[in-house]
Amino acid sequence: MKTTQILFAGFGGQGVLFAGKFLAYKGLVQDKQVSWLPSYGPEMRGGTANCSVILSDTPVGSPIITTPDVLVAMNLPSLQKFVNDVVPGGIIILDSTLISAKVERDDVKVFYVPATQMAKDAGYPTLANMILTGKVLKESGAAAWEGNRETLEAFIPAKKANLIDVNCQALQSGYDF
Amino acid sequence: MAQRVLMKGNEAIAEAAIRAGCRHYFGYPITPQTEIAAYMAKKMPKIGGVFLQAESEIASINMVYGAAATGCRVMTSSSSPGISLKSEGLSYIAGSDIPALVVNVQRGGPGLGGIQPSQSDYFQATKGGGHGDYRMIVLAPASVQEMASLTIKGFNLADKYLMTSMILADGTIGQMMEPISFEEAEVETYEKPWALTGTEGKRKHNIVNSLYLQPDALEKKNFERYERYKIVEENEPMWEEYMMEDAEICVVAFGIASRVAKNAVVAARNEGIKVGLIRPITLWPFPKKALRAAADKCKSFISVELSMGQMIEDIQLATECLRPVTLCNRAGGMIPSPDQVLESIRKAQKGE
Repeated sequence: MKTTQILFAGFGGQGVLFAGKFLAYKGLVQDKQVSWLPSYGPEMRGGTANCSVILSDTPVGSPIITTPDVLVAMNLPSLQKFVNDVVPGGIIILDSTLISAKVERDDVKVFYVPATQMAKDAGYPTLANMILTGKVLKESGAAAWEGNRETLEAFIPAKKANLIDVNCQALQSGYDF
Repeated sequence: MAQRVLMKGNEAIAEAAIRAGCRHYFGYPITPQTEIAAYMAKKMPKIGGVFLQAESEIASINMVYGAAATGCRVMTSSSSPGISLKSEGLSYIAGSDIPALVVNVQRGGPGLGGIQPSQSDYFQATKGGGHGDYRMIVLAPASVQEMASLTIKGFNLADKYLMTSMILADGTIGQMMEPISFEEAEVETYEKPWALTGTEGKRKHNIVNSLYLQPDALEKKNFERYERYKIVEENEPMWEEYMMEDAEICVVAFGIASRVAKNAVVAARNEGIKVGLIRPITLWPFPKKALRAAADKCKSFISVELSMGQMIEDIQLATECLRPVTLCNRAGGMIPSPDQVLESIRKAQKGE
C-alpha cells in the first residue's frame, strides 16, 4: 500500500498544472486512486502557481497537501515557501537553472536538475516541466515508468498529437539525468 | 463498471446534468464555477440543448424560472455573490412550486470576498437566502463522483417534490480532478400536469405564479407547501457514517471539510482515540435522526467548517444540546489542516 503526495510549484506558464495532470493520468491508467488540485485564479495568469497530486493504492482523503512526499520547485519563491513542509525522508527536485540556492535540510533527498537549460539545449524550451516529471517518476516510484506515451495520448487533444514525441523525450531526459 | 475518466468537479456537474436530461442552462460566469458554463457552452449546441449566457445573474435565474414553468429540466450555476443576486428568483421559484437545479460553488465572503473555497453560504442555502417561508433541498458533494451523482439526484428530487435542489459545493471540489465513472444515470421521470406546455384548446390553461393577494389563499399555499417539506424531511435525509460504531467523539463535517476531517479521524484512531465522523450529504433536510442517535453514544461533537460556524447551530438543534459541540474552523478561503482537526479531537478527548 503506497500513497505519494506530490506538490508542483512554480510560476504560471511553466506547465506546473500540465505536469501534475500528466501524473494524475499516469495514476488513472494504472488503476490508482488519484486527486489533482490546482491553485486557481490570479495565480494562473503569471503569479506563483502550484498543483497537488496524490497517487494512492487506497482512497484519497483530503486532496490538499500540507506535507508533500515530493516537492518539485520551478522557482525560488516556491522552494522557499514549501521546503520545510516536505516530510523527512522526502524528495525535493528543483530546477537548478532557475534556482541557484541550495537546500539546507539534510533529512531529505535533493536533486538539482538544470531542466530549463536542458530543455533549451534539446530544442523544446517549454518542456522543463516534463524533464522534472521524468525525474519524479524515477526517484519517487509514485507510478510505474512504462506507458508514458499512452498516458499522453489519453489527454493531449488530437490536434496537438505532434507534441507527444517531444514530451516523451523530455520525460526520458529527466529520467536519465 | 463504467470506464474511469479524470474530470474536474465542475465538469462532472455539467456532464451529469446533461445525462439527467437537462437541456437548458442559463448562467453568468464567476470563479470558481466557470467550467460548468464552459462545458455547457461546448456541449449543449451539439445535443439540441440551450446554453445561454445571460446579461446578469438576475436575468439567468428568471430564465430558469420561465423554463422550469414549462416542465423541462433546467439549471443555473454560480458562486456565492452570484447566488445572492439569484436569491430573489429562488424565492419566486419556491413560491410557484416548480422544480429547478441551482449550483453554488462557494467562495469566501461576505461581499465580493475572495475566490478561494468556502462553506460560508450554509445559512443562505439551508435557511433561505430569499424572502418568505421556503426550503430548498441542499446537497453537499464531497468528491467529484458525488458532484455527478448528486446532480442527477438533485434533478430527480426537484421533480418529485416540486422545489429547487441546490448543489452546495466549494471551490476545491469544483476545481479538483478525480477519477469518475458515469454509471447509467438513474433518471426518474415524473408527470407534470401543472406545466405550461400549451393547451392546444383541449384543456383549461395552467397558471404558474407566486402572487396571492388574498391572505387566506396565500396561507393555504404555505401550509400545503410545508406538508410537502415534511415528507422531504422524513424521507430524504442522506448522510455517511465513518468509524462511528464505537465512537465517543463525533466529528461532523460536509464537503471538502469532511475529507480533511477523515484524515484527522484516521490519525486520531492511530492514537487510540475513539472518534468517528458523520458527514451530512443533505444539509436540508439535515440528518437530524443520525445526529440525535449519536448524541446517545458520544460525549461530545466537533463541527468542522470553512465558515465562522453555521452548521454548528443545526448540530446543536439536532442533538437537543445534550452534548457540547465545539467548532474547528477556518474562514475567508482558508481550509483547516488535518492537524488542526486532530488537535480539536485531542482537546475533546481531554474534555476541553
